[in-house]
Amino acid sequence: MTASATAAAVHPAADAVAVTRDLRPLRLITCGSVDDGKSTLIGRLLWDTKAVKEDQAATLRRDSGQQNDLGLPDFALLLDGLQAEREQGITIDVAYRYFATDRRSFIVADTPGHEQYTRNMATGASTADLAVLLVDARTGLLEQTRRHATIASLMGIKQFVLAVNKFDLVGYDQAIFDAISHDFRELALSLGVRQITAIPMSALKGENVVYPAGAVMLWYDGPTLVETLELATVRSAQAGGFRLPVQRVSRPGESFRGYQGTVAGGSVKPGDSVVILPSGMIANVKQIVTFDLVRNAAVAGDAITLVLDRQVDVSRGDMIVSLDAQPMTGLEFEAQIVALQPDGIEPGKRYWLKSGSRRQRVSVKPLSQLELSSGSWRSHADRLAMNAIGKVRLSFDEPAIFDTYDQNRSTGAFILIDPDTHNTIAGGMIAAKRSGGIGIRYEGERVVLSLPADLADQIMASELFANRRDEADVRRMTSAQATELFQNAASDI
Amino acid sequence: MTDVIHAAEPRPASSTKPPLDPHLKALENEAIHIFREVAAEFERPVMLYSIGKDSSVLLHLARKAFHPGRVPFPLLHVDTGWKFKEMIRFRDEIARKYELDLVVHTNARGKAENVTPFTHGSALYTDIMKTEALRQALDAGKYDAAFGGARRDEEASRAKERIYSFRTPDHRWDPRNQRPELWNVYNGMVRKGESVRAFPLSNWTEVDIWRYIQAEDIPLVPLYFAAERPFVERDGMMIHAEDPRLERLPGETVQHDFIRFRTLGCFPLTGAIRSRATTLDEVIAELEIATVSERQGRAIDRDQSGSMEKKKREGYF
Ligand SMILES: Nc1nc2c(ncn2[C@@H]2O[C@H](COP(=O)(O)OP(=O)(O)O)[C@@H](O)[C@H]2O)c(=O)[nH]1
Repeated sequence: MTASATAAAVHPAADAVAVTRDLRPLRLITCGSVDDGKSTLIGRLLWDTKAVKEDQAATLRRDSGQQNDLGLPDFALLLDGLQAEREQGITIDVAYRYFATDRRSFIVADTPGHEQYTRNMATGASTADLAVLLVDARTGLLEQTRRHATIASLMGIKQFVLAVNKFDLVGYDQAIFDAISHDFRELALSLGVRQITAIPMSALKGENVVYPAGAVMLWYDGPTLVETLELATVRSAQAGGFRLPVQRVSRPGESFRGYQGTVAGGSVKPGDSVVILPSGMIANVKQIVTFDLVRNAAVAGDAITLVLDRQVDVSRGDMIVSLDAQPMTGLEFEAQIVALQPDGIEPGKRYWLKSGSRRQRVSVKPLSQLELSSGSWRSHADRLAMNAIGKVRLSFDEPAIFDTYDQNRSTGAFILIDPDTHNTIAGGMIAAKRSGGIGIRYEGERVVLSLPADLADQIMASELFANRRDEADVRRMTSAQATELFQNAASDI
Repeated sequence: MTDVIHAAEPRPASSTKPPLDPHLKALENEAIHIFREVAAEFERPVMLYSIGKDSSVLLHLARKAFHPGRVPFPLLHVDTGWKFKEMIRFRDEIARKYELDLVVHTNARGKAENVTPFTHGSALYTDIMKTEALRQALDAGKYDAAFGGARRDEEASRAKERIYSFRTPDHRWDPRNQRPELWNVYNGMVRKGESVRAFPLSNWTEVDIWRYIQAEDIPLVPLYFAAERPFVERDGMMIHAEDPRLERLPGETVQHDFIRFRTLGCFPLTGAIRSRATTLDEVIAELEIATVSERQGRAIDRDQSGSMEKKKREGYF
């Protein structure tokens, strides 16, 4: 925002600027405890950026009949969209809000701070690039702040803004701000989050939200909230290997066969060598087709149609990836999951897992559970209750294809679906592939052993093995291939 | 679902068009992703087509998503019989031009009983000719997924709407019992009779819609642009006075001025605004300084607070 008028009870004068947005929308999540002023802050953001229109404001005034001390409508009403919530006076879910400045547009996931916050926050945070954590300047950090920050970082958010709100109630005292922001910095760093901005503000008065606070806080020369959001980065998985989860195969005529999907990582151009997973077949990219033109490259985020140079068998759920930087394929993975439904997650039950366009059966074995108040993991092998965050082992019948969530927020993410209710019961993030199991197959006199590469290397380097080394028949293969080998063998018996 | 086997549609010649800015590109990519996902996962998708600007954008995105194939599902228009004449003309022309499979449905019972906005009031009329009609059409087509152009920024009850909005076999929406939606991984599992409404434009705002129409050169019903048109003032709204079925109430006179519409629906329920904006640039300029939301011109929302939510629970889009 370039304007610097102080916020008033009327809409700031609008200039009809020709808007061009040279940045992607920033998705953020706001978290705070009840009464920290979250609704007031979001209402203030919408109001000061003119996202609230006059007729909406009039409906607000009519419905609330009350105004706050600055003559503004009760912002919380603006946000409480659903009648059921109004009647009960609670927010029960995730709502999305939109506002824009002349530099950028923003999508806010607004989640309640109390009940079910783990479930709702996980949902809102899954797509967010930045978290705004609210605290009341009079109380500073609460246990709740630690919980929110922990969930946000777990869901892969790497940028935090601490909004030290209600600063008007502490006499705009710099010492208070310094103490709170110091505590917060330590908390964030302990979670591995390094991009931290702390801002003293009054959501109610509109100070340091969209407009600078000016005279009341001359000591503060940092950015306003909106300035911080305008400069925040939007993460994309362009750095890693190329990933195209195939959504559908397009065959409009005999001569054309294209694979449609959204690039989930890296980039691609005609001539690149790719592998189709899980089959392992190799091909080269012939064309990238879009409606407007045939493109000479596509990057993460682009919805494209890929044409390959040869006939290969590709179907929905397969992944087309770069030959030289492949994801992991395997039957066992370790992941962190958030339980979203009252029935929780049952050990051993077979669920559906959906990741990208791929859906397959999985069983889940809980290993440990996160204690949010302390941030530590406790061993836990039983049912994971709603709102629990657990580390689990996933076991598949057929090869699964993943990156770690750290490396790629698309190909490392999944949901679990209950086959009985069809409801979405968990969101999950891949932590690692479980180093391939050990397989043994008997072929008459001979025994075929399949081992993780590192273990095989160790055994072959051992003295015991050294003098029979020449007799060894070593075949290197991916765990998917090994799995297939063993499955075929099993069906032979 | 299969692609219609057909010669690939020719690409538009205007390859000189500048690329979309990153903001619109991101919204477009998301919408195309949703279109493809639904088309792949559901057996009988349909696209609700209301002829308005959001539907026009939706249709354009659908064509992009499935290029070089054709749009692999029909378009459904629920015709109340009280749409602006220009809308119907535009609809038929678009269907012909893009070779679309267009299904038009009118509630035969309502029509036979002569249900009109004048005789039954806007609430009951909407119930019968829109809500009930939509349910009839969805049941008749046995559709298990219906694309709609709703945006979350339109109205408070939509802010919590999912991209895949689950509906019971009787088309009800339960705002308290929605499936969580994480990342861009959508849960498309439904039982027989259950369905989803899918909203590819969820994250678009009104300004985005207009800027995209401009960038992509998407054809629109001319009513969106100012022209000198006849109207009467009724309940604080300017009602287009072109259709002979609009009876004058005592004291009403037909006036003429430059007006245009921000949303299009049934003409007796849609208010115009005074405007001189005859080009997209001018419409966008007006919008950016507008202090009134687009839904203000709709009688249906203002009947009572929370009325849109009520409509949605009953199965209105
Ligand atoms: N003095 C002051 N009061 C505030 C500020 N922000 C919020 N409040 C008040 O704090 C109370 C709780 O705010 P609300 O936005 O409803 O909190 P929420 O529960 O976090 O959404 C309300 O009475 C607000 O008017 C602020 O910056 N200064």
